[in-house]
Order: sequence, then structure tokens, then C-alpha cells
Amino acid sequence: MIDWALIAESWPLYLNGLKISLILMAISVSASFLLSVPLAIARVSPNPWLSKPVFLYTYVIRGTPLLVQLYMIYFGLAQFEWLRESIAWPLFRNAWFCAWLAFALNSTAYTTEILAGALRQTPSGELEAARSLGMSTATIYGRILLPSAIRRALPQYGNELVMVMHATSIASAVTIVELTRTARDVYYNHLAPFEAFGLVALFYFVITFALVGLVKLLEGRFLRHLRPMSTPSKAA
Amino acid sequence: MFLHGYFPAILEGLRSTLLISATSLSIACLFGLIGAGAKLSGSRLAGLAADIYTTLIRGLPELVLLLLIFYGGQIMVNALADRAGLGYFDINPFLAGTLTLGFIFGAYLTETFRGAILAIPRGQMEAGKAYGMTQGQILRRIILPQMVRHAIPGFTNNWLVMIKATALLSIIGLDDMVHRANLASAATRAPFTFYATIAGLYLAVTTISILLLGWVERRFSLGVRKVEF
Repeated sequence: MIDWALIAESWPLYLNGLKISLILMAISVSASFLLSVPLAIARVSPNPWLSKPVFLYTYVIRGTPLLVQLYMIYFGLAQFEWLRESIAWPLFRNAWFCAWLAFALNSTAYTTEILAGALRQTPSGELEAARSLGMSTATIYGRILLPSAIRRALPQYGNELVMVMHATSIASAVTIVELTRTARDVYYNHLAPFEAFGLVALFYFVITFALVGLVKLLEGRFLRHLRPMSTPSKAA
Repeated sequence: MFLHGYFPAILEGLRSTLLISATSLSIACLFGLIGAGAKLSGSRLAGLAADIYTTLIRGLPELVLLLLIFYGGQIMVNALADRAGLGYFDINPFLAGTLTLGFIFGAYLTETFRGAILAIPRGQMEAGKAYGMTQGQILRRIILPQMVRHAIPGFTNNWLVMIKATALLSIIGLDDMVHRANLASAATRAPFTFYATIAGLYLAVTTISILLLGWVERRFSLGVRKVEF
């Protein structure tokens, strides 16, 4: 049956893995958010020289597996001698840097599409009102379009956060000892799949629902104006 | 020589990836239909079981589920075989991998199918019943043909995610396209060439899928007028 002693013994390893997974997620998500705001603006631009390249980027990234993207960066780039001899090589030899780059680039593609979708849903009256007040394009984006688009994107962005959290498990394929790698190591050492992977599943489950709860909280705060108005009390 | 002579091997891997995807998809559809049926059945027990299924699966990374079911299943099957007095079973990775992926994506398809069935007006099923159709006839003649139209956008999405998820099966030792690229990279020391090649092949598969399923959606929506503003 369940080997509780093994779980107790490997518990600290899992806590360490949890820390690594969370760091990996945090650095990937922050980079992808910063990148996807300008890319989303380019994606909805009427200028095809801006929107088409961004579309190509998101299409290629979204059409290929993250695992292959990670392999391309971590194993693949070593093929090029000019890179191996450049000063950037210590970075590309580092699993952390490669995983971060792969996850950030991947998540940027999805986040860009989410934000672009939200930008397109802007009621045209808002844009016209801002223009008729003489706002510059930068002011319109900063004050009108982005704040409301980011709010509208929140539910979908929450899904994306969960996806990135789950995607960090793929870092286990390039020697990073995050949660999944920890579980795989425990499995190989003790051949106890239910203890090793069951426990890690529990960790992921808790993080996933914490994330979902956090996004719900943010939605309550930032999408308050979209909630149905409270109906008169039943007693009346 | 093109791809150092490894092109046929990579194509063989593509065939295996497509076979894995198609098999997993059929299994996922089966789980999805059962799940959607359970959620809509009105039975509290079946609904609860289906809710637990979809919530659990969607709360976990695919890789962790793969490892759990693949290695856990192996031990469970052998424990059962041992108790029954049978010998040791070496589980076929293809079977285990496709079953696992099918089980995972069945949870996502459950929600897709549930939504698609709910989108069909109730009156139509009542009309079917009033004409004396059996439950099976209503399902076959009224629900399924219309369900396809409502389910296709979600189905397309899940299919695309699933093709990409098959890449993870290379981690548990399935001989798919990624595995072929791993071998070829190790032998030729040209990893970028091979990973870029298979990335291109994945992109081709997803692009063709999007075009084909878009066509299917238009076929099944022939009698439906689009809203024109």
C-alpha cells in the first residue's frame, strides 16, 4: 500500500522542487507579459508590416510542441559554431536560461493572441471619444485601450497562467530539478510510482487551484463593473 | 545528403506520431462522449464521477499524468496479473501511451461535447420523442449530426493541443517523431537541423488540420445562416 515513510523522507525534496517550479513560472510569465503587450498592439495594427510578422510568430509557436521548442534551444543551438564561440554561449549552455527562454517565447505567443483578442473587443465608441478629446495614440493606449483590454483578458489570462504552470513540468526534460523531475528521481530510486507521482500531482493540484482562486479574486476586483447588478431582495 | 540520410527515418516517425494522435483521439472521443453523457444524465452519482474526472485531469500537467498512469498502470496491471497467477506483463508503450493521452483529452472533450449537446434546442428532442423515436434514434438522427457543428471549434482546439502533446510520449519511450529526431541528432551532431525539421512537420500537420476541420465545420453548417451586421 502507500509507503508513508517514503513520502515523509522525500517531502523536503518536493518542497525544493516546488520552489524551483514557482520561480520558473514567475520569471517566464513576467517576461512573456512584458513582451506580449507591445506585440499585441502590433498584432491589431492596421499596418500589415506590423501585424503580419507578429501573426507569423504566434502561428509558428502555437503550431509546434513546446518540448520541441525547448530541445531546439537547449540541444539544437549547440550545432552552430559561431554561437559556441560567441560570448553568449555560457547563457545558451545553461538549462535554466534555455528553459526560461523557451517558456517565455512560448507563452508570449499565447498571451499576445489573448491580449489582441481583448483589444479587438474594445467598443468603438470608446476609441472615438478618446480621439475626439484629442488624445495622442500613446495616451489612448495607455489610458483607454490597454487598461480595459487587460481587464477583459483576465479570465483567459488566468487559463494561460495555469498552462504555463503545467508547462514548467517539461523543464524536467533538460536536467532542471523542479517538481516533476523530483518525482521522476524519487520514482527511479524507489520504483514507487503512486507515491512519487501521486504526491507531485497533489502539489500541482493545489497550485492550480490557488492560481484559479487568485484570478477569481482579481476578476472580482477588476471586473466589478461587469457583474450583474444586484437584484432587489427576495423579501420585498 | 538531405538530412544526412535520416529523412526516411523522420518520415517514419511522422507516421507513428499521426497514428498515435489518431488512436488517442478516438479513445478521447469515447471518454468525452461517456463523460458528457454522465454529466447530462441527471444521475447525481454519474455527474459527480464525471466532475471529479474532468477537474482532476484539468488540474494536472499532462506529463505528470502520463508518468503516473504509465508507470502506475504498469505496476497495477502486474500486481493484478500476479494475483491471478499469470506471468509478468510488459506493457506495450503504444497502447499505454495512447490510452493515457485519450483519457486525458477525454476530460477536455467532455466539456466540449457537453456544451455542444446543450446548444441543441430541447424542443427537438421532445419532438423526436413525440414522433415515437427511441432514445437511440434521437441520439443518432437528431443529436449527433447537430452536435458535430457545435463541437467542431472546441474539438479543433483539443485536437491541436493533443497532436502537440504526443511529443511528450517520447519521454516515456515511444518511438515517435521526437524520438527519431533525438536519435538522428545524437548520431549526426546536427540537432538543430532535426528539431527544426520536425517542428516544420508539426506545423504542417496543424495547418492541414485547421484547414480540414474548417471545411468540415462549413459542411455541417450549410443550413445555418450567419449573422450579418
